[in-house]
Amino acid sequence: MTQPTKQEAPLTMDVFTNGLWKDNPVFVMMLGLCPVLAVTNSVINSLAMGIASIFVLVCSNTLVSMLRHFIPKQVRITTYIIIIATFVTLVDYMIQAISLDLYNRLGAFIQLIVVNCLILGRAEAYASKNNVLKSAVSALGMGLGFTLALVMLGSVRELLGAGQLLGYQVFSTQFEPWVVMILPPGGFIVLGSWLLLINYFKQRKIGKLIAAESASHCSIKS
Amino acid sequence: MSTPETDVPEFPSSAKLISSLGLVAMISGLLVVLVYEFTKPIIAENQRLATERAIFKILPNAVTRLTFVVKGERLELADDKNTGELIYAAYDNNKQLVGIALNAAAQGYQDSVKLLYAFQPNTGCITGFDVLKSTETPGFGTKITSDIGFLANFKCLTASVNTEKSTLNHEIRTVRHGTKQHPWEIDAISGSTITSNAVGRMLNQSAQSLHPIVMQNLDALKKAQEQ
Repeated sequence: MTQPTKQEAPLTMDVFTNGLWKDNPVFVMMLGLCPVLAVTNSVINSLAMGIASIFVLVCSNTLVSMLRHFIPKQVRITTYIIIIATFVTLVDYMIQAISLDLYNRLGAFIQLIVVNCLILGRAEAYASKNNVLKSAVSALGMGLGFTLALVMLGSVRELLGAGQLLGYQVFSTQFEPWVVMILPPGGFIVLGSWLLLINYFKQRKIGKLIAAESASHCSIKS
Repeated sequence: MSTPETDVPEFPSSAKLISSLGLVAMISGLLVVLVYEFTKPIIAENQRLATERAIFKILPNAVTRLTFVVKGERLELADDKNTGELIYAAYDNNKQLVGIALNAAAQGYQDSVKLLYAFQPNTGCITGFDVLKSTETPGFGTKITSDIGFLANFKCLTASVNTEKSTLNHEIRTVRHGTKQHPWEIDAISGSTITSNAVGRMLNQSAQSLHPIVMQNLDALKKAQEQ
């Protein structure tokens, strides 16, 4: 049976914000890339997939955390998959009830949230070891971070691929859409570009910190 | 120092494993049933509205419509909640029949793909279609409804019925892009042959079974709105 950690760290703001940016599931952990590349051809699709993933992530992590002392280690993965599949089924029905058009556009990727390694990964690595509140907060942060990444990709792809943003025309009619951006290669190009940009700024920040540190050492010695 | 015996984790009893899986399955089942029952009428209404929108989209001259259910060789007036094979007859302001909307479905990669297509009994042509349901990889629904070359097939895709009103004169089939020779052939989308073939297959299957019935009941369909 899964044992609780002897002394759990208290709930801090970091539990929430880590998933948002520092440990962003897409840009840092590179998890759940299948829907990231597949459905981000428009902002609305990205948002819908993001919200569906947040719901599944928060609900499944909360339930896993609630049952963590009860679930034997030997059947934990099976149990997590049943829990995740349950919430994915609920999301599937709910999206059909909200908008059939949106449901058709998201296609098979709603059902495929079941196999999104981000969700199972968080259940195994975090929710099974932490209390309900921390698990829910961490899942919310991770879900929002995932949604943020999806929207960042979706907005660039929709803007360049269709000249629109959230369905509204942004560029003039003379703009020739870059059709490749809404096709699968566009997903790889935009993801790669975002990673390049984020890592460039990250490296620059690290470089500045090192420079500042070495400057302070020099001033102390002198 | 611990002995090797104490390092071996205790294996829980089968009863414990079964009970934990049983509890999780029970919670899962309860949640799914609750949400299914809650969303069922909403989804049914959404589907009805989607069908209605599709009918007026593929038959733009229509202002009213009637639903019929297929009973053997006959058509009976029905409502949208009726189970069974439904067909929709659309009429203009003068209560004249402007076309028939029919369902077509085929098994896709993930789930069934459903189309609604317009059939003109007077000319024997299929003149348009709309995707009702598709859980395929995104792209399926959009490509077949947006590719101009593919849509040109549906200016008049011949699906006329023979004089005995028993079957189609010619089987509808999809041909390789650029090789279309006859009006009953569908010119496939270049680079999307599987999708195009699926559309041809489902239209042929539906037309083979439903067009003869429509033609046999054409007089009743024309008069239905006047009654």
